[in-house]
Amino acid sequence: METETLALFVDLFLMVLLVAGALTVLTVRNLFVATMLLGIVSFTMALTFVSLDAVDVAFTEAAVGAGISTVLYIGTLALVGAQEKTGVKFSAWPLAICLAVGAVLIYATYEMPPYGSPDNPAQTHVAPRYVQVSPTEIGVPNMVTSVLASYRGFDTFGEVTVIFTAGIGVLLILSQRRRKRDDEAEEEAQKKGTQSKLRVSLTGLGSQHDLVPHIVAKLLIPFIFVFGLYVQFHGDFGPGGGFQAGVIFAAGFILHALIYGLQFTQRVLSPQVALILIVAGVLIYGGVGIVSMLMGGNFLDYNVLLPDSVAGQHIGILIIELGVGITVAAAMLVIYYAFVGRAEPVNKLPD
Amino acid sequence: MTGLSSQFAALVVVLPLMFAPICALLRGRTLPWAITTIVSALSFYVSIELVIAVNTGGPISYHMGGWAPPWGIEYLVDPLSSYMLLIISGISTGVLIYARDSIAQEVADKHLGLFFTAYLLGLTGMLGICITGDAFNIFVFLEVMSLASYVLIAMGEKYDRRALTAAFQYLIIGSVGATFFLIGVGLLYMMTGTLNIADIASRFSEIEDTRPARAAVAFLVIGIGIKLALFPFHVWLPNAYSYAPTIVTAFFAGTATKVSVYLLIRFIFTVFDPEFAFGIIQLKDILMPLAVLGFLSMSAVAIFQTNIKRLLAYSSVAQLGYMALGIALASEAGLTAAIVHMFNHAVVKTGLFLSVGGMFFMVGSVYLKDLAGIGKRMPITTFGFVLGGLALIGVPLTPGFISKWYLVVAALETNSNLGYALVVAIMMSSLMAVIYIWRVVEVAYFRSPPEGAEHKEAPLSLLVPCWMFILGSFYFGIDTTVNVGLAETAAAFLMGGAP
Amino acid sequence: MAFFDQFNYWIFIILLMIGLYTMMSRGNLVKKMIGLSLFQISVFLFYITVGKITGGTAPIVVETLPGDPAPIYSNPLPHVLILTAIVVGIATTALGLSLVVRIKESFGTINEDEILEMEDEA
Repeated sequence: METETLALFVDLFLMVLLVAGALTVLTVRNLFVATMLLGIVSFTMALTFVSLDAVDVAFTEAAVGAGISTVLYIGTLALVGAQEKTGVKFSAWPLAICLAVGAVLIYATYEMPPYGSPDNPAQTHVAPRYVQVSPTEIGVPNMVTSVLASYRGFDTFGEVTVIFTAGIGVLLILSQRRRKRDDEAEEEAQKKGTQSKLRVSLTGLGSQHDLVPHIVAKLLIPFIFVFGLYVQFHGDFGPGGGFQAGVIFAAGFILHALIYGLQFTQRVLSPQVALILIVAGVLIYGGVGIVSMLMGGNFLDYNVLLPDSVAGQHIGILIIELGVGITVAAAMLVIYYAFVGRAEPVNKLPD
Repeated sequence: MTGLSSQFAALVVVLPLMFAPICALLRGRTLPWAITTIVSALSFYVSIELVIAVNTGGPISYHMGGWAPPWGIEYLVDPLSSYMLLIISGISTGVLIYARDSIAQEVADKHLGLFFTAYLLGLTGMLGICITGDAFNIFVFLEVMSLASYVLIAMGEKYDRRALTAAFQYLIIGSVGATFFLIGVGLLYMMTGTLNIADIASRFSEIEDTRPARAAVAFLVIGIGIKLALFPFHVWLPNAYSYAPTIVTAFFAGTATKVSVYLLIRFIFTVFDPEFAFGIIQLKDILMPLAVLGFLSMSAVAIFQTNIKRLLAYSSVAQLGYMALGIALASEAGLTAAIVHMFNHAVVKTGLFLSVGGMFFMVGSVYLKDLAGIGKRMPITTFGFVLGGLALIGVPLTPGFISKWYLVVAALETNSNLGYALVVAIMMSSLMAVIYIWRVVEVAYFRSPPEGAEHKEAPLSLLVPCWMFILGSFYFGIDTTVNVGLAETAAAFLMGGAP
Repeated sequence: MAFFDQFNYWIFIILLMIGLYTMMSRGNLVKKMIGLSLFQISVFLFYITVGKITGGTAPIVVETLPGDPAPIYSNPLPHVLILTAIVVGIATTALGLSLVVRIKESFGTINEDEILEMEDEA
């Protein structure tokens, strides 16, 4: 009983933090602060997920919500400015709509199945098979991985497609020409053969003179990549998998770009290579599906890949997770490149 | 079915999905376009095969990953979904034939590979929504379609920077709609423990009295309504359609909102069961006024537009009102009217947008003031627009007439004063359609072209596909075995055979 | 404990309302995106709560000693769904923010009112 009370107390504390964080996000005027608070809300949410037994989700939410998404917001704020302009105008409509939506949901809560009960429909109808049979049928201890990669593998293919779409979309939108005069300047520069060295971006410069971050990053980045590999290939047994690993890999590259400058990172992994990698990931995933079709099964039916169906499931999951990891890492990186590459050009190169 | 044909249900979606990434690596003006067109045509071919298979052999269930539903994701091809596949892939292929020169003018050459990737992803999303039998899978493909459409709309910025704000507005509103849908699916999952649509449907009668189930209905209908641009959630549509590149507008006007109409039909008739949706919670009382208000007000607004694309966009919202009315009538006749109007409107509106695209290609503007005397400068294109306009109004021998005929019959079937009132409303809206089409005709034929304006037709690569849609629409207005026949089968299937 | 039966759901509802309100009432486009993110995050909490079983553990097979009670695993399905939803969320955020950047470059502002004024003039 003691531990239960303690767990309840922790949950309550996290929930209060969530609400407080969200309210501050709403009221604060500085967008930079709002972004940071959103990251904190995400992170608190991840902690809540841990207490709700959703470790894979917590991992992802921490990496994406508190990590990558914060990076993107800050990248945007560097370009558009961080202060909200006008004073708050109170308007009744949004409030009325919110209250209406909230009222419908509150109305619904009164007949919802009780929280945590094992007799709820969600626990008794489809899920038992995932819990009871998947460890033998798929042979993977992490049931989330089984469901994600096999039972609902097509959803995950859709998910990879979503991130692919986002990567392509950001690339397409942010590679549009900026303004007329910029284009002219660029063309002139190209004519003179000076290339666009002048367009080193402000955020892309890196911290040239800070010794401590340089050393720390040098020490840290290899471990980040090793950790990424671990998460990628250990996803069958513990929390993790292609998506989380992809984000970690991207984080490693982003750290590199922040410290050493964008140009240097792009020499390691150029935007073109990143684009090819996004494509490759999707094709690897879909390729497994096509191969299973050719071998007489349905799309993404790993049972037919090898004579032993459990081994087939293993190899199938391994390959598609690799596809997920590659696409996610490359897409995050392409998106990051696109945002940072958009910064206003500065007219001097570092010494 | 054996061999390749047993994989058709998956291939129709997997083909565009697999070629989208390949397309992203291609460069140049022709190659990405050619691949996209071929892939879309293949999807169209597979859709035709599926329609034939379904109408001769009954619904097809395809288990993704070999896992039986409800544990795995099921692709379910029934008369309605196969009809949708046919519309979507057909319109897409027709628009693509037109696309080559049109898009080269509106998007820089070096971006064409990525542009067509986004196009294929949009196509994939729509096809995936219509064919899947899994509620969460719908959400995933809804997002694939939506994300692709935000990008495609934003590509109109070369001519008008308002394309950016239109895309952003759609992104915000569309994401709210999709998230509402997600909440609805979550509530259903909580109560039934399953995500498979047929499985939810079979368990729905046990939970229909509970509050979460009713909240789920509210969230799903509103979420889909937002995506459908159902009045009053339509604010994003006119902006998005006005500023997007020609072929994007033509493609989405013909298909994207229809996908949401499909979802509405699917949830009301398959999942909730009409007896519950219209008998117990009286969804009709909400849907019908919105539909009628929608088509009356939007037809009226269309009259005052100065931008033809915007005019047609408002007209689209009005047409969606007709479809919503057909659904709200809750009868087999009404449902047939809604389904057949999806087909007819898709063909007609695409033809209209393509002819406007031809004018834009030559003149560089879609504002009425710049198109004075266009009927003399581009007689063939403009005549196509006029014929399409007639079909939109619903003149006999056109598909517009067929749909309205079915709608009126369905309204009269109710044998009530309400039915007569609805007929009057439909007539009024059609009259307003006459006015807004006439406004264009007046500018095109009775104003003299500006001094020194060139008399030059759009190139054949634009004219031929455009006329294909115009003539096609007349074909489907006269010989209605395909569009009406299949729609009747689908409606009968939904009303009678719903599990 | 009846009071806490629906507690998580109420927090979800409160977060959802705050997110929705932020998104609708604020004119700054970045702030709108932040509101949208908050709105989407709240739905994650809802799904995960549905999958929780009291006294359960994370759905990863654990070895048990003979004689120990069989472990109870929470429902893995909502977790999978939310993993997908998180990806959708970041994809939407990335696209939305890239549009914001382009809007700033084209209009010189990211304030809704000012953009609307400019659009009306055009």
